[in-house]
Amino acid sequence: MRSKNDVTNVVIAGLGGQGALKASDIVADAAFRSGLDVKKSEIHGMSQRGGSVTSDVRFGREVFSPMVPSGGADFLVVLAASEVTNNLWQLRSGGTLIPPDLVDEHTLRSKKCLNVALIGALSAFLDLPEERWLTAIRANLPEKVHAMNLAAFQKGREAAAGLPQ
Amino acid sequence: MQSERMLLSGDEAVALAARDGHVKLGTGYPGTPSTEILEAFSELGGRAQWSPNEKVALEVAIGAAFAGARAICTMKHVGLNVAADPLFTAAYTGVEGALVVVSADDPGMASSQNEQDNRRYAVAAGVPMLEPADSQEAYDFTLLAIEISERWHIPVLLRMTTRICHSYTVVRPRPQLAAPPDPHFARNVAHRVMIPAYARPSHVRLREKLEAIAQWNETEGPNRVIEGAGAGARGIVTSGISYMHVREAEPEAPVLKLGMTHPLPLAAIQAFARAHSPTIVVEEGDPYLADAVRAAGIAVESKPAMFRFGELNVDRVRRILKGDSAPEAKLPSGKPPELCPGCPHRSVFTALRDLNCIVAGDIGCYTLGVLPPFNALDTCVCMGAGITVGLGLRQVLPPEEARRVVSVIGDSTFLHSGITGLVEAVYNPPPTGHLTIILDNGTTAMTGMQEHPGTGRSLDHRRAGKVVIERLIESLGIAAPVVVDPTVDPAKFQELVQEALASGAVRVIVARRDCLLATAKIKSYEQALQREACLALEE
Repeated sequence: MRSKNDVTNVVIAGLGGQGALKASDIVADAAFRSGLDVKKSEIHGMSQRGGSVTSDVRFGREVFSPMVPSGGADFLVVLAASEVTNNLWQLRSGGTLIPPDLVDEHTLRSKKCLNVALIGALSAFLDLPEERWLTAIRANLPEKVHAMNLAAFQKGREAAAGLPQ
Repeated sequence: MQSERMLLSGDEAVALAARDGHVKLGTGYPGTPSTEILEAFSELGGRAQWSPNEKVALEVAIGAAFAGARAICTMKHVGLNVAADPLFTAAYTGVEGALVVVSADDPGMASSQNEQDNRRYAVAAGVPMLEPADSQEAYDFTLLAIEISERWHIPVLLRMTTRICHSYTVVRPRPQLAAPPDPHFARNVAHRVMIPAYARPSHVRLREKLEAIAQWNETEGPNRVIEGAGAGARGIVTSGISYMHVREAEPEAPVLKLGMTHPLPLAAIQAFARAHSPTIVVEEGDPYLADAVRAAGIAVESKPAMFRFGELNVDRVRRILKGDSAPEAKLPSGKPPELCPGCPHRSVFTALRDLNCIVAGDIGCYTLGVLPPFNALDTCVCMGAGITVGLGLRQVLPPEEARRVVSVIGDSTFLHSGITGLVEAVYNPPPTGHLTIILDNGTTAMTGMQEHPGTGRSLDHRRAGKVVIERLIESLGIAAPVVVDPTVDPAKFQELVQEALASGAVRVIVARRDCLLATAKIKSYEQALQREACLALEE
């Protein structure tokens, strides 16, 4: 775990329509609700048409640039198998990759929850109170999908144990 | 009550400030990355409306500001080209209330056809310009723009960029501005009617206002010095998002952070440069600040030419500060965007490809028709140019080639600036005639499915007047436009195109089918409107 004054850099990558931006909303919101300075940055537009999407979330005591410096991601969360290789350069050496197959999407109540499941795995590495995560999930998703996403989050949180710590 | 601390995008922060600053009317045309401003303003209860194009939007906002109201007008950078005509003369007339013009630039062209630097417009038109560096400043500077506009009776340019518009950062809203008096029209022809006799003194007045604003900017403007490690270290002059990259790249450096970048606080810049020699200017896009500062006789260093292209980031700023102009490593590129599976435009581009057409294209999702497997788009310049560039090709190409030329344009783009192209086709028809296909998917799809005058619904999806495209075309004297769903029978659609190309006349086909992504939304809007209509009948 990094010290509190450091900025934590998270990059979330996927394909348009997979919920990468929604996942980054939740991460940013959880950090925000924990009282930290937060910046989140992404490019939409053309990327919404099925192309590659990435979103940067940075949080800590004070964050300047909203963009994760190249090769500076502490965590790289990838939602699509095809997007792992082309995003690996974003991860710093010693950083943690949270790959799409960490959670078997067939074990989720909906494949659409994969983004939240992988955020669950991310949460296991971060020093943010779990309650903030749950609040952020509820605040960023419609009520009818709360239960399935909260379950996916827990599944991901447990799966994180399988990753190098 | 709004919370003390909020996490907002730059666009949302502008919208919140517009609400808190008693903006009476927000106008604009959708354009990435500016679109969310009016949508958020509307959701906050503000009165916001999409205009057919940016020129119209700005003129409506000018009218509102003439009446003493506070108005905001939003657009992407290229939109300001469309709205440049009213902007330049509104600088002369000035306004009674407040007029804030938001230009959302797109350095790096995440979703644009060029990366023009609209800071040049502030100079060319002679309007003050504010450049926020994060969402807090987007909020603060929107309110400041209102204050400056009212104080000096001048339009103010709020110059944003993609990273400011679409990044989420923490905002603490500050106490609200007092509400302005109710709108009221006071006749003042010398300030409102720009015949030469009134325009000449208006120009002099404009320069006097800018001089006064420059003086204010020197001492009271939204500019600040971050002392850093102190004397001896190299100074950095910067603005906008570049400021954030600079602070991260060199946390100890003394920095002059400019918030109002036109008219520039040149005395303050000179004093900073004297205290910190050498001083380097770090800016994204054109060397606007560096040129202006040097023209004032202040010696500064600036970035190598290669950093004029694309967005800056922390790594590139580090290289600028090192003077490192070695070629940059090419990063792995991801999957490019494409027309969605099931997109109705696919049928049209399949036909145009198979008929070996020369396709003059336009701005929207359908510009993606240029990519495989279609390879069916040959030109794309600006909004509306699909029709007119096609006409120009037809006018000069040998007949055999000319007969292959087709223009394609989306429904929102057609209403934006395609209508005059069809007027041109009627007035100056090419010898071989011409075929325009309007790709009518019932929404402004590219920017995120906004309403437009052809949908019959307003920005907030309520019932509005509806421009019926085929009736408009008929009224121009173009014989019976064909309205067809191109996905129903692709072979028949191809025949239709072939027949139109062979006709030698000016023809229009409206290829109509709702955007696949918008279908469910359109259905829900219409159902809500019908429910409302039924309830109204029961009452």
